[in-house]
Amino acid sequence: MTGQAYAGRPNQLLRNLHSKIASIPMILTAVVIFLGGTLWTVFYSFTNSKLLPRLSFVGLDQYERLWAAPRWLVSIENLAIYGVFSLIFSLLIGFVLAALMDQKIRFENTFRTIFLYPFALSFIVTGLVWQWVLNPEFGVQSVVRSLGWTSFTFDPLYNQSIVIYGILIAALWQGTGLVMCLMLAGLRGIDEDIWKASRVDGIPMWKTYLFIIIPMMRPVFITTLVIIASGIVRVYDLVVAQTSGGPGIASEVPAKYVYDYMFQAQNLGQGFAASTMMLITVAIIIVPWAYLEFGGRKRG
Amino acid sequence: MKLRLLAAALAATVVLPFSAASAADLEVTHWWTSGGEAAAVAELAKAFDATGNHWVDGAIAGSGGTARPIMISRITGGDPMGATQFNHGRQAEELVEAGLMRDLTDVATREHWKDIIKPSSLLDSCTIEGKIYCAPVNIHSWQWLWLSNAAFKQAGVEVPKNWDEFVAAAPALEKAGIIPLAVGGQPWQSAGAFDVLMVAIAGKDVFNKVFGDKDAEVAAGPDIAKVFKAADDARKMSKGSNVQDWNQATNLVITGKAGGQIMGDWAQGEFQVAGQKAGTDYTCLPGLGVNEIISTGGDAFYFPLLKDEEKSKAQEVLASTLLDPKTQVAFNLKKGSLPVRGDVDLATANDCMKKGLDILAKGNVIQGTDQLLSADSQKQKEDLFSEFFANPSMTPEDAQKRFTDIIASAD
Repeated sequence: MTGQAYAGRPNQLLRNLHSKIASIPMILTAVVIFLGGTLWTVFYSFTNSKLLPRLSFVGLDQYERLWAAPRWLVSIENLAIYGVFSLIFSLLIGFVLAALMDQKIRFENTFRTIFLYPFALSFIVTGLVWQWVLNPEFGVQSVVRSLGWTSFTFDPLYNQSIVIYGILIAALWQGTGLVMCLMLAGLRGIDEDIWKASRVDGIPMWKTYLFIIIPMMRPVFITTLVIIASGIVRVYDLVVAQTSGGPGIASEVPAKYVYDYMFQAQNLGQGFAASTMMLITVAIIIVPWAYLEFGGRKRG
Repeated sequence: MKLRLLAAALAATVVLPFSAASAADLEVTHWWTSGGEAAAVAELAKAFDATGNHWVDGAIAGSGGTARPIMISRITGGDPMGATQFNHGRQAEELVEAGLMRDLTDVATREHWKDIIKPSSLLDSCTIEGKIYCAPVNIHSWQWLWLSNAAFKQAGVEVPKNWDEFVAAAPALEKAGIIPLAVGGQPWQSAGAFDVLMVAIAGKDVFNKVFGDKDAEVAAGPDIAKVFKAADDARKMSKGSNVQDWNQATNLVITGKAGGQIMGDWAQGEFQVAGQKAGTDYTCLPGLGVNEIISTGGDAFYFPLLKDEEKSKAQEVLASTLLDPKTQVAFNLKKGSLPVRGDVDLATANDCMKKGLDILAKGNVIQGTDQLLSADSQKQKEDLFSEFFANPSMTPEDAQKRFTDIIASAD
């Protein structure tokens, strides 16, 4: 394999020259803006920059303050709850919907459109819609009460202990349609013959899904996972539209902490420290996985 | 062919507004968007347009917390507006230090701002290293309790004359299905209410020691403990006011759904727009009726440094228009705030404004927390109090401990 690369081909660099030239802008963007911006942020998180960045180092002070701040701890806890549940439920609901859709039903296009439609809405609109739906005075609670159950209470957005689930509901409503479409594409990629073979062997349908189809759909699952996970970490606008972090600080999330401290509190150092922590969290999850997925295995 | 036509048409729509307008257009950004505020800002625009220039309104909805980041990033990002509102104090401090703001000392000396602006602390807040960088337009004080007369009538109790009577009347209000105290969900509202309680209950000296000298010992002491007790009362009384914005909370008072609200005098503009009269429809108690002291924070206009000469000239015109006696009266009557000049005639002011003017004349004033604390400390305070007001399981003692930490690390 390695020998092949050197076998009389001194102009490796010039192979596919057009595509290499074409990708220069993207490479520059990635290196200068993403990588450069990241390093700059991490670097300045060790300073006590206020409204404008300045170079006076304070060591780990910003991080100490960050981890002592109750609001940051609440944010992390919320992100963990939101992350775990949104990952499980969007995969589960998305896959079940896709599997149902794959039964050669009638009006499949119509259903697909209906399920995917919420994804066309921005998080801000989704948030506002669900703020109204979950509002005890106009939404679900008042509808049920007007039907006769007068003691019915359902006000997740005004209850500190369950507010994050109110946000989760809206996120699932918005996001599962996309997961369903991805899964459906994956299911359509499975060869018909596999189904036929499993039917001949008399394997029940749920077993076929669980032990044959899902393992075959691994690449689709990984793509979906990455899409969902990146959506989880950056959740911000949904919270702003639905509760703006309230009641109190009960539905704060890390991205909102970063924004509020960078711009409202005019404390860039603190905001940078928080965003660096977010990066580290992501890196802790992504790096070992990426290593296992791409690095550990030798490819031909 | 078609595409080119389309492009030309598009280009025309972009170019037209620029070429049609005169060079002295100034974009002015602010966060005055509620009914009373918008009426007041229209007065400023009218006065500025009368000078032959043109006021391009750049209102940003969602109160200062949302608007300030947008303004600051426009200034630091190299797309400055002609003029912008800030609360005077420390919000724009670093922008000035970075040389992004325009020095107004020439205009100020020419028009004797030093002599006409009262109290002088307002101009001091605009002054950095001996140079003046902003034009104060109004004095806003936080220390007001607004009460709905109708709500108390419905509950069958007399309209309270001070905070203690109000707390005592709370159970009667609750029995009548009225929320005793309206507090909106935006964090600055609960933090502000606490500052007001501090002045009313602990007094001016304690306030100055805590926020002025950042004295952590006083913050941990028995005086502030009393304030936290009162805040605990306020928290219980505010249960059920499920609104976000301050003007929605004021609206609860206007419609008699809530008994009262602790809010700055800008709330008065809302009562006015709703056609209510001070004394008969609503009652105002400065200093919560306990300690008649008001803070003299407020709004000021800052002028970013511009390259365009004509616009720079227009900035000077705007600065002097803002402090013109006529503009001051027209603007402040609509806004419900007090003028920054001691020499203007406010004969048409209503009862509440007159009370405020009296206190101002007596000199019972303190500086606003925006002037005393950095935006960073203010934000930490907001986080604390929005949690305290929403979370009944947080004890006043715990809250005081965290408050002391914030004061100890404040700058």
